[in-house]
Amino acid sequence: MSKAERIGEIVAHHASREGPLLPILRDVQAQFGCIDEEAEAAVARALNLTRAEVHGVASFYHDFTDAPDPRPEVQLCRAEACQARGVEAIADAARQAAGDRVRLKTVYCLGLCSAGPAARVGDRVHARLDEAALVRLIETA
Amino acid sequence: MTKVRISDDALALACGADEVAEAFAQAGCDVERVSSWGMHWLEPLVEIEGKGFGPVGPDDVSAVLDGSSDKAVGPPGEHPFIALQQRLTFARAGKTRPLSLDDYEATGGWQGLKRARSLAPEQVVSEVVRSGLRGRGGAGFPAGIKWRTVAAATGARKYIVCNADEGDSGTFADRMLMEGDPFQLIEGMAIAAHAVGAGQGYIYLRSEYPHAIAKLESALALAQDIVSPFKIELRVGAGAYVCGEETSLLNSLEGRRGEVRAKPPLPAISGLFGCPTVVNNVLTLAAVSHILAEGGAAHYESLGTGRSRGTMPIQLAGNIRHGGLFEVPFGISLRELIEDIGGGTQSGRPVKSVQVGGPLGAYIHPDKFDLPFDYEAYAAADALIGHGGVVVFDDTVDMGRQARFAMQFCAEESCGKCTPCRLGSTRGAEIVDRIRAGGRQADRVETLAQMHNAPKSGRSREDDVALLEDLCETMRDGSLCALGGFTPFPVLSALRQWPEDFGK
Repeated sequence: MSKAERIGEIVAHHASREGPLLPILRDVQAQFGCIDEEAEAAVARALNLTRAEVHGVASFYHDFTDAPDPRPEVQLCRAEACQARGVEAIADAARQAAGDRVRLKTVYCLGLCSAGPAARVGDRVHARLDEAALVRLIETA
Repeated sequence: MTKVRISDDALALACGADEVAEAFAQAGCDVERVSSWGMHWLEPLVEIEGKGFGPVGPDDVSAVLDGSSDKAVGPPGEHPFIALQQRLTFARAGKTRPLSLDDYEATGGWQGLKRARSLAPEQVVSEVVRSGLRGRGGAGFPAGIKWRTVAAATGARKYIVCNADEGDSGTFADRMLMEGDPFQLIEGMAIAAHAVGAGQGYIYLRSEYPHAIAKLESALALAQDIVSPFKIELRVGAGAYVCGEETSLLNSLEGRRGEVRAKPPLPAISGLFGCPTVVNNVLTLAAVSHILAEGGAAHYESLGTGRSRGTMPIQLAGNIRHGGLFEVPFGISLRELIEDIGGGTQSGRPVKSVQVGGPLGAYIHPDKFDLPFDYEAYAAADALIGHGGVVVFDDTVDMGRQARFAMQFCAEESCGKCTPCRLGSTRGAEIVDRIRAGGRQADRVETLAQMHNAPKSGRSREDDVALLEDLCETMRDGSLCALGGFTPFPVLSALRQWPEDFGK
């Protein structure tokens, strides 16, 4: 199945919803790892929008990217509650452990604020991280 | 077979609850996954025949089972942290299986909805007005008045939108409720739908909460027939903090950029797709199911202080020894919350400051810890209670750095629609840097002869402090929404109370 056909399927799946663009873009991002120009054009055609409109939405949200990045991702919370529990002191070690192999993404709040520092890999969350635990998490990501 | 109850709340999972559950299952126990009591320092908390143990790791299993474990904490429901609370919204926390309709019904579930549907819509609205319930998302607007506006508005369709985009650091009550007691939220939405005449509801939930997404999806499927003909759809966000602002959230639901809309028109008159829309926070809607049960409104109204009625699920977070969820009537002081209940800092060092109300909330000095938890009292002290998050910092915190972070956060999350927020936040971070550096020399352009109005002697620290105060005033009064409008709270509260952290 071509990319355009697959996007057509995704659009058809959400077609009956009100305001379907965000669910569609989430599925496109999940399926292809990004929302590139080709995908934006295909979604725009299917919804009778301009590509500019779709690009405007896709570029607004942090979860959407315009190019694929196959590296594993580790999300590290660096919001105030995790700062209060010392995440800044271990962030450098995390960066070094990640190097170029792991994409270390800063997020603001995973909702584990009484047990930080906290991180997320895929749909698994981790709390009470110290430097060693965080480095291990990144190395095994 | 020994029955073992372990939470499947995301925080418990993050602390290894699945591994502990697996170890108990291996040991031949019957493991039941329940919601969390909200005593986070004890997670993973294990409950066997009414007795609690925590925090339990897989290695503790045999000791817990043979009674020799030193992790015993007694019956969780009698623990002082729980006994001191008055839980209405979180009445089921720790006690029921989140996705069990039987458990929900056995603990009074659907009573509010049944009673609401036996009443005329206007009566339902009147009861919510009478209860004194105010929006728990942060603004504290009376929920009943909002409902009355939507009920009276004319439109082709009406919507109930649940704001579950809980992005504030230090808050997790929405997440706990959605993961631990999802039917209560669904019931509250169905009551709201009956009260205002809405046929469709949306829950806008942030993508950072994968467990809440899964729980709510399942709960919505299970409760579909009960709330019918009202329909609820779950929509997942895409990582934009500003979408927690109600008009930005509506734009996002419509499939647009999450940019803030100018008000008026209020969403209650012209909201989702231009139709009258109730936008309420998770905790507001969940509280409604208690209020609409027999005698609920009067009970709710009897609690609290001043114009802040009922209970507030307060979230104790950051550098605190006993962090977790603490639901009490309004009026409790920060000193009680942090010293008596929270047990001081996790690090054991003195408390230096506390941020209440998320990234846009003021930093509060220990001198002011007698402030009662109340919307008006906080507003009078140039602070806000927001969503009830309390983040504790010990004396190692650099308040200048926190002020800079507040500006930086605003710059990163600004939707870009209004200038004070979009530009002010970036300039604000730069000014904080300059203040901390003690001012700056005049640059090459400023020293040019033709720059008649530019100061030739550079700018002193005091000049930059005045500039920051001026900028904050502009952001506060000129921004479209609370993101730009409230960022001055943490910045100025830090600057005024801890000037020594700003190079003075």
